[in-house]
This record gives sequence, structure tokens and C-alpha cells, in this order.
Amino acid sequence: MSGALGHSATLFALTGAALVGIGLYGFVARTHLLRRVLAFNVIGSGVFLFFGATGFRRPDLGADPAPQALIITGIIVALSLTALALALITRYAALSGRSSLEDEAPDDEAPDAGDERGGG
Amino acid sequence: MIAVTACLVLPLAAALAAIPLGRRAPRLALVAAPLILLAALAVATEIWRTGPAQLPVGGWLPPLGIALVVDGLSAAFLLTGAIVTGAVVLFATSIFSTPDRETRAGFAFWPLLLAMWGALNAVFLSGDLFNLYVALELLTLTAVALVALDGRRETVAAAIRYMLFALFGSLAYLLGVTLIYARYGALDIALLRILAEPDAPTFVAAALMTIGLAAKTALFPFHAWLPPAHAGAPAPASAMLSALVTKASFYIVVRIWFDVLPVAGNEALAMILGAMGVGAILFGSVLAIGQERLKLVVAYSTVAQLGYLFLMFPLAGSGGEAQPWAAGAWNGGVVHALSHAFAKAAMFLCAGLFAEAIGHDRMDGLKGVARTMPLTVFAFGLAAISLMGLPPSGGFTAKYLLLTAAFAGGNHFFALVMLAGGLLAAIYLFRPLERAFAKPAEGSDITPIARWRQAVPLVLAGAAIALGVFSAVPFDLLRIGRADAAQEGLE
Amino acid sequence: MTPALVFDGLLALLAVAAAMAAIGGRDLFGSVAFFIVYGLLIAIAWVRLDAIDVALAEAAIGAGLTGILLISALARVERTASSGESGEGGRLAKIAAALLCAGVAGALAWAALALDPQGAGLTPLISEALPQAGVGNPVTAVLLNFRAYDTLLESIVLLFALVAVWSLADDGNWGGLPGLRQHARSDGVLATFGRLLPPFGLVVAVYLVWAGSENPGGAFQGGTVLAAIWLLVAMAGITELPRVSSLPLRAALVFGPAFFLAVGAIGALAGTFLGLAPAAAKAIILAVEAGLTLSIAATLALLVAGSPQRTQG
Repeated sequence: MSGALGHSATLFALTGAALVGIGLYGFVARTHLLRRVLAFNVIGSGVFLFFGATGFRRPDLGADPAPQALIITGIIVALSLTALALALITRYAALSGRSSLEDEAPDDEAPDAGDERGGG
Repeated sequence: MIAVTACLVLPLAAALAAIPLGRRAPRLALVAAPLILLAALAVATEIWRTGPAQLPVGGWLPPLGIALVVDGLSAAFLLTGAIVTGAVVLFATSIFSTPDRETRAGFAFWPLLLAMWGALNAVFLSGDLFNLYVALELLTLTAVALVALDGRRETVAAAIRYMLFALFGSLAYLLGVTLIYARYGALDIALLRILAEPDAPTFVAAALMTIGLAAKTALFPFHAWLPPAHAGAPAPASAMLSALVTKASFYIVVRIWFDVLPVAGNEALAMILGAMGVGAILFGSVLAIGQERLKLVVAYSTVAQLGYLFLMFPLAGSGGEAQPWAAGAWNGGVVHALSHAFAKAAMFLCAGLFAEAIGHDRMDGLKGVARTMPLTVFAFGLAAISLMGLPPSGGFTAKYLLLTAAFAGGNHFFALVMLAGGLLAAIYLFRPLERAFAKPAEGSDITPIARWRQAVPLVLAGAAIALGVFSAVPFDLLRIGRADAAQEGLE
Repeated sequence: MTPALVFDGLLALLAVAAAMAAIGGRDLFGSVAFFIVYGLLIAIAWVRLDAIDVALAEAAIGAGLTGILLISALARVERTASSGESGEGGRLAKIAAALLCAGVAGALAWAALALDPQGAGLTPLISEALPQAGVGNPVTAVLLNFRAYDTLLESIVLLFALVAVWSLADDGNWGGLPGLRQHARSDGVLATFGRLLPPFGLVVAVYLVWAGSENPGGAFQGGTVLAAIWLLVAMAGITELPRVSSLPLRAALVFGPAFFLAVGAIGALAGTFLGLAPAAAKAIILAVEAGLTLSIAATLALLVAGSPQRTQG
């Protein structure tokens, strides 16, 4: 990928890099947990776009199938993580009435017998 | 090697079967655990006899396909994982069994634990950077769910915090992997060892992967999520998280630095890792001293102990030529990871038993438990010996090796920090032990704990000690197929 | 500048703008809407990069399913939690974060520009091995043969995401019905759609899986379509989603990954873990894909429905 914007692969690789930056900003600088999950997905698709674009450096050969397969796998993994993160956040909102994490240190006054009631 | 496949297939098959089995899952786990342990033993004995092996999955050779790697390092982690997880399975049957009606936690625990085991084995056997990513995500998913299993507001918050660090870590790692592929057209560790060159994409990739994995390992300053998560999980899950889950990402860092990219392991990056390790040791230890709840003491101790692991990178040296102490640093780091796994699993199980007996896990409640639960206190004490680095124990052997490497390489500062860390560990572990041997408080009533359950952590703590007494065995195992850079030092 | 490059440049600009709107917006619902638009733009970018399989996956899963999950989570969170984004860092912290992110993007761009422009990756090797793979679509060949192990683990990851989501249920609702009660009128538009669409959807899903061996498509894309149909039928009130304790449901969830794992284990007994003889490869891959499609569809539908919320229908 030489510096000149010769063809679309370079363009989309740079777009992917920009999307990673934009998503990362949302992930670290915003506090609403749902927005942070959304930002995670923006970073994820930026990474994938970057990856896919680097696999299209030789349009004469077509797109490299290996990155495509890895990206499909990555999309499913990202969906799985997103689903769990969202379930955690809805549960937390139901328990605490909050949509962002508290900043204080872990609660030292948790209920006493709460530790070993797994079978319950 | 059919045993290698068994190490992957058995736990995953058991995890899948546990979903429809529901209430009968604990019995399934009790059958599967010894089989998986046997498979891990078979892998270790086979490479002991015939040397390291590379197994292309589906018969497709890398770079097209994925190869499994079986060497001393993977076998040592497989075995440690099997012993710890087997003990956890046994221990958990009395907590997560629901004889009459399926419950939420009773259902979820077993498939999650077994899938975690499968994911760990997949990490320890994989020789492919992207395959490691998928395995690592399976591990993260099960780990986060187990942290939240108690369902209290605090534990759900701890799980979210963990999840955020883990998400950041996986993206950073994945980004590094994509760069490696873009640069070399290969993801196989053995191939990359031949191909790797010190250039811009490789350097960025190595940095990204290392940062991502450090976040997943909870290396200082990415440690904030660990204490609430590990302390809030049910005791058997805490044991898995502290002993093994943090080690899986560390294991990948070791693979990347010594097996894949010794050329990219540049001195500055190694020093940064070392500095983070120093921060972890000092910060984790000091905070462990101040905790009033036993599980938090043990969890902060994990933050500190993980720091030692990362001293391995600067201590394995740099400077471009063979360094006789590099092998010592590598061995020290790995043995530390293994002995910490045994000792910390034992400690969390002990903490769980204490909490069950006295109804809470505040330190003041421990007064006098040495009389009522001598076995558990003994196990806790043995594990403490290894964590403090006192002889004869795996922790001692590891710290001795790391210290020797530090002095030989002229890294006196790291040696000083390690010595200080041992002293601080003695202080934070002395506090619960002192209370255990104190006179029992008036009117404290204790729920009796079955003797066999107290024996489980004792076996694990015994393993941490045995690793020091019979240290020749792990050394011989680890030597099989060890990377050159682990013997001669990073360039 | 060719017209194609101008089009791609506009597409990239729009995608970046949509991402910024999704990240920076004040109203979360609007942000999610921008996120879905963003996903669709990215899907078009995949078409431009000649990656139709990825485009399908991105549109169906990256934009569609993720968007639906975000919207339903947003609805649930807003019912129980205060919605303010309190405690965001000060101006200085934001500038520091922005600089950090610009640095990361810059490092990536730097690394990308340093790559060899002639790098062909694995394209030649894959074309060479394709005749032995049993399928003509190289992406499917990588997913279900060359790197089948990744896909096996990935199908297990998806299933355990559901187990993990279930593990966050209320203790009292365990074994109950997933999701909230639907209130669809039996003569409403939704119900009509619910009766009309399933046959078409079924055909599309079967086609995607079947065609995936030679053309773009596959188990994940087909499974998503099936899941959408099932959810539509459930939302229309025509059927209820099953209880999480239902044995047939659990068997359906586990079947695909378990069958895949069994194929791997049988291969190991014959000498190679996940080894497929070239002569039998096509049949085995289609069978594995069919099993995966069923399980993926069930898993995705239940992921959208969420953890058990009630014990009575």
C-alpha cells in the first residue's frame, strides 16, 4: 500500500483507522454504558474494515478470502460479546437504577451471607 | 495424538451436554473431569517421550490452516489447569447442586465452568494468533458470566467493569493480529518465528497485542477491575479466575514475546512491562494489607503476584547476545505462574469455606477458626508459604530464579522490588493467619464443613509446595521444545 | 480520480460522519439509529471491497441484529434507570482522550502505509487448495474446512453468550419465558406479516445456506434470516417463544455445535482432528452448515428476546 491514494483499498484502510480512533474516543470518554457498547462496535467494524482493505491490495487477484472468513468470525464474536454486555447493563440498570458505573471503590459492605448461596 | 484432541473435545462436549442435562450436569462434570485430567497427563508423558509436536487441524498445514502446538510450556499449563479445574469441579458439586428443581445459578454454573475449561485448553494448545483470539473470547465470556453469577448489584457492576477492560483488550489484540496478517500473510506462531522482521507494522502489532493482553491479565495499571470481580464471584469461580483465567492471557504474551517476535521485543517495551510489573507488586501488596475482607485480601494479592510474571520480560535480558540467565528468568516466570495458580486456587477455596462456616468473609470473623477448621487453615498456610516465596515451595523456586537473573543481569532495582514484595506478602497474609490462631470470640457459631471439602484446597496447596520440592520435574518438562529466545535472551 | 474512487471517497466520508454522529450525539436513540445507518454504509463498503459474504454478515448481524439488541436494551434501561450521562470528564480529559485516539488512528495509518503494496496474503494458496475443499466459495472453504476449528469455537462462543445472558435472569423467573409479553392484535399489520413472510423467509434462508457452498452466503447469514422470521412470528402473537427450561429448545441450541464437534472428534479417531476427506467434504460441510443454521437461528432469536422475564405466558 504505497502512499498514493492509488485505489480504494488504501482509502478504506485509512477509513478503518479513522473509525478505530472515533470509536475509541466514545469508548473511553463517554460514560453511558450503552454508548460505550455502541462505541465498541464502531471500533470493531473499523478494525474489520482495516483488515479487509489490507486484504484487497491486489485487485487483480480479487479479495483475499482468509481475512473475509476471519472477519465473519470476528463479527459473530463481537455480536456475542455485545449481547452479554447489554444483558449485564440492563440487569445493572434494573438493580441500581443507573446507566453508568459509579466511580467509587468496590462496596465493602456487601450482604454478609451472600457469598456462598450459589445453589439458591 | 488423540490425547491432544481429547483435551479440546472433552471439556467442550461436556459443556454442550450440560445445557440440556440441567440438574444432572454436576454428575456429568464429575465423570468428565478425571477423563480430561488423564488426557492432559497423556499429553505430557507423550511429549516427554517423543518431544514437541505440531498438529495441523484438518490436515491443512499453516499458513493455510491452523496448527496446534504441543510443547513443554503447553503441557505444563494443560496439567496445571486440569488439576485446578478438577479440584474446583469436586469442590463445587456441594455448592451448585440442585437435586429437586433446576435453579438459575445451579444451571448456569456447570456449562460455563466446563466451557471455560475448554477455552483454557484451546488457548494452551493453539499455535495460531487468530485462533487464540477466538479461544480467548470464549474464556472472557464465561469468566464475566461467572463473576456476575451471584446476581447482586455489586457483582454485576464488577462484571461490567471487567467486561469493559476485556472488550478494550480484545480489540487491541485483534488489531495487532490483523496487522501481523497484513504484514506476513500468516498467523501461525512457528511460521512467524521465521518470517518476523523488526519493522513498523510488526512493532505496532506487538505493542497492540501486548497492551490488549495486559489489560486482560489485569496488569497494573489495568488492574482496577480485578479485585471486585475476583472477590465478588462465588468461591469456585474466584479460584478459576485468579488461578487460570489471568494466566491464559499471560501465556499468550509469553508465546508472542519468546516464540513469535523476539526481534520485535525491543528493550524499551520490555522495560515498560517490567515497570508495570513493579507497579503491580507494590500497589497490589500495599492495598492487600489494608483490606478488611478475606476475599479482597486474596484478590489484591493476585494483582501483586501477577506483577512478578511480567518481570520476566526485562529480566530475560536484552543487548543482542546470548545471556546465560535468560533461561532462569523464563523458567522463573513460568514456574511462578504455575505455582501461583495452585496456591491462589487453594486460597480462594479456603476463603469460600471460611465464609460458609462463619457466614461472612470479614477478617474479624476468622478468630479461632484454626481450632474448628484446622485442615483449611493448614491449607491456607501452605498456600501462603508459596505466595510469600518461602522454601520449600514453587513460589520460592520461581522467585529464586527471578532474583538470580536480576542480580546476574545487573537489574538490582527489580531484585529489590521482589524482595520487598515478599515482605509485603508476609504482612498481608500474616493478618488472616494471626486471626485464625487467635482465641475464638464469644458466642461465635460455626457451620461445620465436611472434611473432604476441606481436603480439596489442601491438595492444591500441596501441589504448590510440591512444585518446589520436586522442581526438577517441571524444569525438565518445560525444556521440551522451548523457544531459543527463552534460553538465550530477547534480542 | 476515477468515478469509482469518488464514490468510495463519498462512502468513506459518510461512514465516518455517521460514526461521529453515533458516538457524539446527545440522544441515545438517535445514536443507535445513526449506528444502524453506519453499519449499512460499511456493508456497502464491503461490496466495494469485493467481499459479498462479509457485506451480508455486516448488514444482517453487524448493523441489523446489533442495532436491534441496542434498541431493546435502551428501552429496558430507560424504564428502570435515570438516563443522564452524568460525570463525564472535564474538557482537559476529553482533549487528552481525543489526542490518544488520534495517536492510535495515526499509528494504524502509518503501519498500513508501510505495508508491501504487492502483498497477496493467502489468495494464491487458497486457490490452489480449493479443489480439495469440497466447496467452490473460497470464503466458505476457509470457514468450514481450512480454518474450521475457528468456526467450531465461534459457534460455541455464540451459544455461550446465550447461556451467559440467561445466567443474568431473576432467580424467580428461572425456567420461564424469554422476553417481555407481546401485545399484537391478531388482525393487525404485524400479524398479517407474521403469516405472510415466513414461507418467503424460509426460502431465502435455505437458499443462503445452500448457495453458500458456491456463492456468497452461509450458515450465519441464513441463520440470521431464520431468527428474524421466528421473532416476527412471535411478535405477531402467532406463537410464543419456548421456555428456557424446554428440552427441545435446549437440544436445538446445542445441536449444531455438538454435531460440528462430533465431526471433529470422528476425524481425530480417523487420524486428524476435523479432517475431511475431499470426496466426502461437500456432504459433511453441508450437513454441518445445516445443523449450525438451525442452532444459530435459535440462539440469535433467543439472544434478542433476552433472559427469562416471566413464568406465565
